[in-house]
Amino acid sequence: MTATVEQVATDGQAEPVRRGRRPQRSPLARQEDRAGWMFVAPWVIGFLVFTAGPMIASLVLSFTDYQMIQAPQSVGLDNYRELFNDPRVLKSLSNTFVYAAMFVPLGTIFALVLAMMLMRVGKAGGFFRTAFYLPEMTPAVAAGAMFLLLLNGQQGLVNKVLGWVGINGPNWTTDPNWLKPSLAMVSLWTLGGTVVIYLAALNGVPKQLYEAADLDGAGPLTKFFRITVPMISGALFFTVITNTIAAMQMFDQAYTMFYGPQQKASASEESLVYMVYLFQNAFQFFKMGFASAMAWLLFVIILLITFLQFRIGNRYVYYHGER
Amino acid sequence: MATTTAASPGAPSRFDIRRLPFLIFLTAATFAFVYPLVWLVSASLKPRSQVFDNELIPRVFQPENYARVFDTAPVMRWLVNSLTVGFMAAAAVTLSSALVAFGFAYFRFRGRNLLFGVLLSTMMLPGAVTMIPVYLIWNRLGMIDTQIPLWAQNLFGSAFYVFLLRQFFLGIPRELFEAARVDGCGYFSMFRRIAFPLCKPALVIVFVFEFKASWSDLMKPLIYLQTPDYFTMPRGLKSIIDAFALSGHYEWEIAIAASVIAVVPMIVLFAFGQRYILDGVATTAQKG
Repeated sequence: MTATVEQVATDGQAEPVRRGRRPQRSPLARQEDRAGWMFVAPWVIGFLVFTAGPMIASLVLSFTDYQMIQAPQSVGLDNYRELFNDPRVLKSLSNTFVYAAMFVPLGTIFALVLAMMLMRVGKAGGFFRTAFYLPEMTPAVAAGAMFLLLLNGQQGLVNKVLGWVGINGPNWTTDPNWLKPSLAMVSLWTLGGTVVIYLAALNGVPKQLYEAADLDGAGPLTKFFRITVPMISGALFFTVITNTIAAMQMFDQAYTMFYGPQQKASASEESLVYMVYLFQNAFQFFKMGFASAMAWLLFVIILLITFLQFRIGNRYVYYHGER
Repeated sequence: MATTTAASPGAPSRFDIRRLPFLIFLTAATFAFVYPLVWLVSASLKPRSQVFDNELIPRVFQPENYARVFDTAPVMRWLVNSLTVGFMAAAAVTLSSALVAFGFAYFRFRGRNLLFGVLLSTMMLPGAVTMIPVYLIWNRLGMIDTQIPLWAQNLFGSAFYVFLLRQFFLGIPRELFEAARVDGCGYFSMFRRIAFPLCKPALVIVFVFEFKASWSDLMKPLIYLQTPDYFTMPRGLKSIIDAFALSGHYEWEIAIAASVIAVVPMIVLFAFGQRYILDGVATTAQKG
């Protein structure tokens, strides 16, 4: 084929000349168009069928009453009004915020401390990195069951260890005040991924920066805030955003530990996170319309939070050589 | 307070005493991360009255707990189901995402940038928004209580993996493709013979990640599966926990043994794919 020669001959010249009208593309460019679309077609189809279509459908459903028995009945804004009148929506939302507010900052700090220590121990770091990642491999259901036992108020291992240092541990899994810290603890146990990300970022910080700072007599705190944090701000930003989005949608642990067919009607509402309540509305009470409205509220909240984080992030995040 | 003085370039290979406090702290952290799993295995071998005794070595070994798990529930079925679903999900998403990623990386087609922007923005979309209509689609197709909804969507690629693989494909020198084209190589064989083999490590990462995600997922099996024989391992484990432990029977030793059964395949996967997994996690953030 002489395709490449043709491309050199036509691609460079043909297009700029005929501006104004519909640009006539070379046969090769049209061929590339077609081939490109062929390759991305699976995603385009999937996007239309499983993302764009369902998004519209869910928006439409959110203005209806749909219990799957008969066709959806339009109810206008009723579902959205109910969102603000249903105390459990607000309760589950605040539970989710409280959980995220505990997990995201603590997770970021713990992971950063661990990653920085890993930097200081040379070759042994590889072993610790593997050990820290191990919990991430544990399915959330198994981790939930395990922590129900470890966090048992009377006999659990966590309270036993706390007892050694003279702390009388709470009833983590039954005392309403301690349910969300328990959930945050389970999530903090699976911190290894964040540690691995920070470690990679720390490895990318040029050593000369620290040497220069040493020459200038900078102390460890100055070096931390003036070199380390800015240089890994991209990784920090990435993990804070993804961890926040994940925390807002937390389901598996909470559902495993506190919900299920046997759950008592009197069960504490302190562990009701947003996705659990949404799931119950959709697939246990079959209030599909109301659940769709809940989903859109969650979407808007996540968009707002991410937008805010980007606004703040853009001011502080340093992208290596890209801006 | 941790500090960040980087180790000097020519760090001595013999043991540095200044590392000791860090090693001690990290060892303590390792206990916090690993000991719960050791505890779980140990407790799974204890009789009911000793589950909570927190002894590392069980005073009385009761491996019959495992026999009871396999007797009372179709755990073997669940393991096979999880393996099948996990394999289908991972294979489907790896192949389709690679095709799409190659499309975005290599071709300069019209609408590419717009389309790629749409793809990136779908990563922000919470699953909850599409969850109900997608359920209604599968319901209309009569696929409820089958395992197909657990993986079939993966045939259409996944935005995050497309993004990741595209970064890898962009790293292949373009001349390689041009040379192949001069030699009469078609677009598809360019993908199959050049891009695919060159990005094998990235493809393994995608496969392993998706397999792990599929193995751990609870929500989809909760939504789509009703017949216990079709359950995946997490869904089955949840039903065991509900029936034996949370129901008021407190037969925790059964729930614990079942948990160990659910965890072990992932530990094996980690043992073999460790390097891929850890490097994969590290690169995702850097590419992202």
